[in-house]
Amino acid sequence: MSALDIKLFRDARRLWTQVLAIALVIGGGVATLILAVGSHRSLDESRLAYYERYAFADVFALAKRAPKALVDQIAQIPGVTAVDARIARLALVDVPGFSEPASAQFVSLPDVGEPVLNRLYLRAGRLPEPGRAEEVVVNESFALAHRFGLGAGFSAILNGRKRQLIIVGTALSPEFIYTVGPGDLMPDDRRYGIVWMSEKALASVYDLDGAFSSVSVKLQRGASESEVVARLDSLLDRYGGQAAHGRKDQTSHAWLDHELDMLNNMSRTLPPIFLLVSAFLVNLTLSRLVALEREQIGLLKALGYRDSSLVLHYLKFVALVVLIGIAIGSVVGTLLGLRITALFGDFFHFPFLLFARSPDLYAIAGALSAAAAGIGAIRALREVVNLPPAVAMQPPALPSFHRLVPTALSLDRIVSQPTLMMLRNISRHPVRAALTALGMALATAILVVSLFTRDTMEQLIEVTYFLADRQDATIGFVEKRAENVVTQVARLPGVLAAEPFREVPVRIRNGNVERRITISGRRPESHLRRIIDVDLQPVVLPATGLAISGMLGKILGVGVGDSVEVDVLEGARRTVSLPIVALVEDYFGIKGMMDMEVLTRLMREGPVVNSVNLSLDDNRRDQFYAAVKAMPTVSGMALQRTSLANFRKTVALLITTMASIYTGLAAVIAFGVVYNNARISLSERARELASLRVLGFTRGEVLRILLLELAILTLIAQPAGWVIGYGLAWIMKTNLAGELMRVRLVVEHSTYVTASAVVLLAAIASAFIVRERINQLDLVAVLKTRD
Amino acid sequence: MTEAIFTATALTKTYVSGEVQVHALNNVDLEISEKEVVVLLGPSGSGKTTLLNIMGGLDHPTSGKLFFKDLELTGRSDRELTDYRRRHVGFVFQFYNIVPSLTAYENVALVTEISERPMRPDEALALVGLEGRMHHFPAQLSGGEQQRVAIARAIAKRPAVLLCDEPTGALDSKTGIKVIEALLGVNRQLGTTTLIITHNASIQQVADRVLFFADGRISRIQRNETRREAAQLVW
Repeated sequence: MSALDIKLFRDARRLWTQVLAIALVIGGGVATLILAVGSHRSLDESRLAYYERYAFADVFALAKRAPKALVDQIAQIPGVTAVDARIARLALVDVPGFSEPASAQFVSLPDVGEPVLNRLYLRAGRLPEPGRAEEVVVNESFALAHRFGLGAGFSAILNGRKRQLIIVGTALSPEFIYTVGPGDLMPDDRRYGIVWMSEKALASVYDLDGAFSSVSVKLQRGASESEVVARLDSLLDRYGGQAAHGRKDQTSHAWLDHELDMLNNMSRTLPPIFLLVSAFLVNLTLSRLVALEREQIGLLKALGYRDSSLVLHYLKFVALVVLIGIAIGSVVGTLLGLRITALFGDFFHFPFLLFARSPDLYAIAGALSAAAAGIGAIRALREVVNLPPAVAMQPPALPSFHRLVPTALSLDRIVSQPTLMMLRNISRHPVRAALTALGMALATAILVVSLFTRDTMEQLIEVTYFLADRQDATIGFVEKRAENVVTQVARLPGVLAAEPFREVPVRIRNGNVERRITISGRRPESHLRRIIDVDLQPVVLPATGLAISGMLGKILGVGVGDSVEVDVLEGARRTVSLPIVALVEDYFGIKGMMDMEVLTRLMREGPVVNSVNLSLDDNRRDQFYAAVKAMPTVSGMALQRTSLANFRKTVALLITTMASIYTGLAAVIAFGVVYNNARISLSERARELASLRVLGFTRGEVLRILLLELAILTLIAQPAGWVIGYGLAWIMKTNLAGELMRVRLVVEHSTYVTASAVVLLAAIASAFIVRERINQLDLVAVLKTRD
Repeated sequence: MTEAIFTATALTKTYVSGEVQVHALNNVDLEISEKEVVVLLGPSGSGKTTLLNIMGGLDHPTSGKLFFKDLELTGRSDRELTDYRRRHVGFVFQFYNIVPSLTAYENVALVTEISERPMRPDEALALVGLEGRMHHFPAQLSGGEQQRVAIARAIAKRPAVLLCDEPTGALDSKTGIKVIEALLGVNRQLGTTTLIITHNASIQQVADRVLFFADGRISRIQRNETRREAAQLVW
């Protein structure tokens, strides 16, 4: 090993705490990149493999009753490679010992062989025997939620008749990874399940022999989805078909996409912050190292070392720091990534997880860190090259300072000398001070980003559950019902108020942008479920026109006063032009709302409803549930309070996991910045501080002088951190806003306070570590040496 | 004769470096009187600085006793020594150790702010002949001027003793003489007991007493009947 390399390792050992502090920040960047991108890739690949192996379809459509003969015609649509036709019906389910009525999607299984598409992954037991109407397979989460074992039973109201069912197997399906019941916002495995039955049995129950009500289609690579959808729509039109749609509108797939997007989003926001901070820290530390070693550099040059060998020497030092950082980051990132992948995989009930091995990812993370550190090193390396040997061996000239204000104003009378020292130090190194403050601000910002989700979710809950949808329960009917069903429902035990609504599937269009949504018709006097506009004010719908989700307005590029074209996809199947009368503040899905009577006229039908919103007497809920369970016309019931609890549970899991990771990362940055700065000030000012000790300043006083500057910079950084944090939160919110879900950005004061408190604590902790150094300051040795 | 300000008995400092024991100070007995100007001469490693550091409360002796007036300095805690330095001792070093981010005036104020009955910073600076350079930063001052700022800073709190370790070591003869002049002026006007370590033998002429050091001991003490003025020095 060359003498220079020996020097390198000794330097690294001497400066090990600083090396570690920088390496930790670099590691933070590497870890976030590997964690976010790695787990996203793993989950994405797992999903792809799951879809592939279990033949998840590309296009889906529903019909009332289509003859099986149609399957051949569908198969002949250009671009279609496989067709799977089956029976699918929603029904009310009664689980013994569970008072609330649950609902389930009943799906038929072919009596011979497996389904062509959307195949099952059997977790336990077996498939139902052909024709055995009582045997069913249920989705695993539903079974787990009710602790159903094989052989357990429950009942369901199928086509108006109550039937007893026995579980013979549990399964997973690529089609139902994310299961959200009708009218619900979040999965609730206790109240919504998937039930697979023998086709023969289900067909005889629903009187659908030789017919199907649901069809899935697999496309050729490169086939046009929209053409297949159009052809499918026209084929099914006669048979009560509802608009066919691709994966994008398939609930499970869309939600999964949304969750994976969130993970992906993290990988775009966080690592750049870490890379920026690590570049700054390398710059700071290396510049100082070069300044401290100017005599040695001069000597080496005098001995005949070339500039290039010296530059290489310091680059090796940077490389060492980067390598340690990459090693730490890779290990931590991989471990956290595996953990996050497992967490999400569990949440989604994937049958298996593929942990994507991504050597490229480690290479990219390494290259980015090295680049950031390299940029940080440039200034110091230029100093090495520019240092003439003769000058280098002289002590450096005293740094020159200047007055902050004219002498006449005599700042010195107002502030103490230590404060003056601090102020002049900041003004002498304004760039360093600004970067230090920026580093601290970024630490605060990361925390704001991790914590703002909580505030935003609370706002979402407030608007969704307490301003807009204030009903206790929503009952959905199997078929649309005459409006007088409301009176019947209102008489059920425990019902305080009942408000009906009608939902109609439509295609809404402006120019060539179109979306498939449902329009719900409501009575103008509706009190339970209200329409809240983007200013958070309740809106009463005028006699004409349509209110749409604010998001839909953005997608279509329309505002209040504009008109949109609407294809009604049910009954009369008309195309009409409707004016937009309000933009609605809602966070889940995109939809339209209009006056119920206007909708009825539009549909050219008598007053009918498909759902009723209810307000319930809490003391009589059980009686109410029992009554609903006995109603053969009901297909399902949503409960607001349960939905809210589920929402909180799901969101809490995500937020606590993310917040704890982010908090750790922010603490690493805060520690890295404070510790490195303090150590460098200490080495730069050791003589000054030792002089003060000799003059009779106590250790505490000296520590205060050393840390005053950092304390001030940390405090100044807080408001900047809040602003940057808000900006980052805005970026994340905007990236995540979609048709499925979106939020309004809200950051509470308490979030800013918490973020700053964590950063200040990390800063104080690093100050304590530096204090040890001050205590070890060798007064005599420092003062006897030349600067 | 005036009262003793320092009384050392069998003062010893031993450094252990590996297996070798170095007696930096070996059984030194010494008395320094108030208002005295004492010059310490001797080769490097002969114990001058060790003695000065122990007297200044920067270092602990291995054995022996040292009194500052009635105050025993041996066996004191770090906090007590800090307090002692704060009240009674002024230091001047070869490398001036003044704070570059503070002006001459402010460097002195740094000390007056933590002292009990200090003189005003401008008074202290006038004592060393720097009244015209008060608002200059160290980078704008010559080496001799910087050293005089250090002296002004050391005396501004009216210390009982001024301990100077090679105060002229980094200076040319002309500026060195100015520095010695400043030290003597302070001694004359404030009666500050002054100990000066030097390698420059000609400085011994300004002292009341000269202590010659060798191998950690005081090998010889020379008393000057008449003290020369700094202006009369030549080196």
